[in-house]
Amino acid sequence: MTHSWRQPLVMFVCAGVVIICAERVAAQAPTELRWGGDSEGGAPFVEADPNDPTRVVGFEVDIAQLLASGLGRTPRFIQSGFTTLDSSVARGDFDIALSGIEDSPARRARLAVTTPYYQFREILTVREADAARFRTLADLRGRRVATLAATLAFDMLNAAQGEHGVVPVPYEDDVHPYSDLAIGRVDAVLLDYVLADRGVHRNPGLANQPKEIGVGYYVGILSPSNTALRDQIDTILAHAMRDGRLEAIVRRWNMWNEDQPRLYTRLSGDGTNQPSVVGSMAPVASTWEAVRRYLPALLNATLITLTLSCVSMVLAVGLGVLIASGRVYGPASVRMVLLAWVEIIRGTPLLLQLFVIYFGLATVVQLPAFLAALIGLGLNYGAYESEIYRGALEAVPVGQLDAARTLGLSDRQTLIYVRAPQAFRLALAPMTNDFVALLKDSSLVSMITVVELTKQTSIFAANIGSWVVPGLLCGGMYLVLSLPFAHLARRIEKTWRA
Amino acid sequence: MARVNTVLDVASLELRRAARVIVRDVSFTAGRGEVVALMGASGTGKTTILRAVAGLDPIERGTIAIDGLRLEAGRALRRDTRRELHRRVGMVFQFHHLFEHLTALHNVWLAPVHVQRQGRVEAERRARQLLEHLGVGERADAFPRQLSGGEAQRVAIARALAVGPPLLLMDEPTASLDPARRGDLAATLRQLASEGRTLVVTTHDGEFARACASRILKMQDGRAVPV
Repeated sequence: MTHSWRQPLVMFVCAGVVIICAERVAAQAPTELRWGGDSEGGAPFVEADPNDPTRVVGFEVDIAQLLASGLGRTPRFIQSGFTTLDSSVARGDFDIALSGIEDSPARRARLAVTTPYYQFREILTVREADAARFRTLADLRGRRVATLAATLAFDMLNAAQGEHGVVPVPYEDDVHPYSDLAIGRVDAVLLDYVLADRGVHRNPGLANQPKEIGVGYYVGILSPSNTALRDQIDTILAHAMRDGRLEAIVRRWNMWNEDQPRLYTRLSGDGTNQPSVVGSMAPVASTWEAVRRYLPALLNATLITLTLSCVSMVLAVGLGVLIASGRVYGPASVRMVLLAWVEIIRGTPLLLQLFVIYFGLATVVQLPAFLAALIGLGLNYGAYESEIYRGALEAVPVGQLDAARTLGLSDRQTLIYVRAPQAFRLALAPMTNDFVALLKDSSLVSMITVVELTKQTSIFAANIGSWVVPGLLCGGMYLVLSLPFAHLARRIEKTWRA
Repeated sequence: MARVNTVLDVASLELRRAARVIVRDVSFTAGRGEVVALMGASGTGKTTILRAVAGLDPIERGTIAIDGLRLEAGRALRRDTRRELHRRVGMVFQFHHLFEHLTALHNVWLAPVHVQRQGRVEAERRARQLLEHLGVGERADAFPRQLSGGEAQRVAIARALAVGPPLLLMDEPTASLDPARRGDLAATLRQLASEGRTLVVTTHDGEFARACASRILKMQDGRAVPV
């Protein structure tokens, strides 16, 4: 007890050392510029280096290098999904996001946005045969027009949906809009001309319309609290515009055109003469205003999710019953084929199956996206359902089957009147579980252009720059969809137990 | 030599489970209106014999003839043979095996409607009559899980009798009954026999066997020996 003062003293000294070290670390200038981008977006922005896939190359990589060297730091790339770049930079996952990010009033309202460093035009790409009739969005009434989700072009298409009756089809990548245009799944693509040029080169038979539909700018985005770094970056960009380093980068990636010197001229060295940003969406006045604006779209997406899930489940149940019957009653060869099918479907990702059905089979059969989604979900869950039913059929006591046989029921009659009804009771709980899982897994179909609840929510979140309200709304919708089914299943089980 | 009124004729029967011989060289007959009790310790093959007679398990050697229908060793039952067999033999299992998802009444009319193609209304009327005859008429709408052991057994008897078989097999019918109920069951079996049915009953219970059976056989070393 004589040394009782020692322990607090040691702790106090340790705490002091920790605080001093932390302050020194904080006081040290950062050595890295952590920048986020989506390498899935591909060339010319950010993509894996074909010679060394551990590295990234592209226009944005060079911009990041330019900014980092101006700051005296080393650039470090951090991969992030395109639609979550805004949220990630806001929460501090990286210092700046550079990934063909478009300037918009909504972004300026909630993030620190750099000086624009590239000007682009939104243009329509169509099949050569349609070049004369589809020149503007007004010519595309009732037609499907593809674009990238959560972009300026998507906002423009949504506006044109009300104005001209076009049908926006959002994609998650910039390759499939053009390949789908070539095979006739969509009638036009609206994207910036950097992407449009690449799309036309990759797909013979497509043509870019010369008339621009809109003008936009690429910017870097930073956390709203990081305006000091943003100002430093603006200064670096202004210097790079004047001394030709930015032009060299743009030329290196074959993106130079007459719009760029005009942009550089308009922007003064101190970055005060910003070009006016375009965008169909005004900055969001309030979260509730945004909710009011997005609620009809969310409700519509909820209906799509519900329809998709219910019809897929019906398909899955039918398929599951057939597979399970074949596995329980079929000859050895049939059992083996069905087992292989179940293992292949269960052993490969649902997303891959959706890609194969929608994109992979496109040269053979061009399924509409919704139908491809139904088939993909139905086939995938059919395999899982079949295992539930097989297990349930085999769990019906042998004594029940013996009793049916001694009464003279045939195998078919035994299945219909004795085995299947009892198996169904055993299968109901896991089936309900599967339906709820299917309801949530249906969000994967957004990857093949079906805008369902989660996709619509991510568009909403990207627009307002926060996942809190959209996430709560979306979660609430899923619960509203799933809880009645779970409740119904519990009631049925209770009735059976009574 | 089988008697003229013989309903069941088991001759030189050998039965195996996997490679193990359970029953060797069993022969016995049962005449119309007769109750034959098969007694013996557990594992002596009583249930195995009933299952073979009901066509549930294959015969290794020997023959079984039921009302003129012959089952032979080494042959899988053809569909028409099986249909004929199930017209002739009804079976009540030790644990009843009532269909859990159907009411007592539905358990009884299921086979008459779907196997014998009787009209649903008529089949249901007869099923209700049978249940009343066996003293469980008021339990017609109950599910098996709601029945007592004795009630479930009577429903199982009604189900087996609904298709009108001349031969009724009962496996350990007293296993789940208290002594008072055993007396009731013995009376029921005697009544069924008096109506012209043949019954083969396996049991451990000597008192019950003596109360209901016209003949008692004991399983010993794989053979059925008269007691």
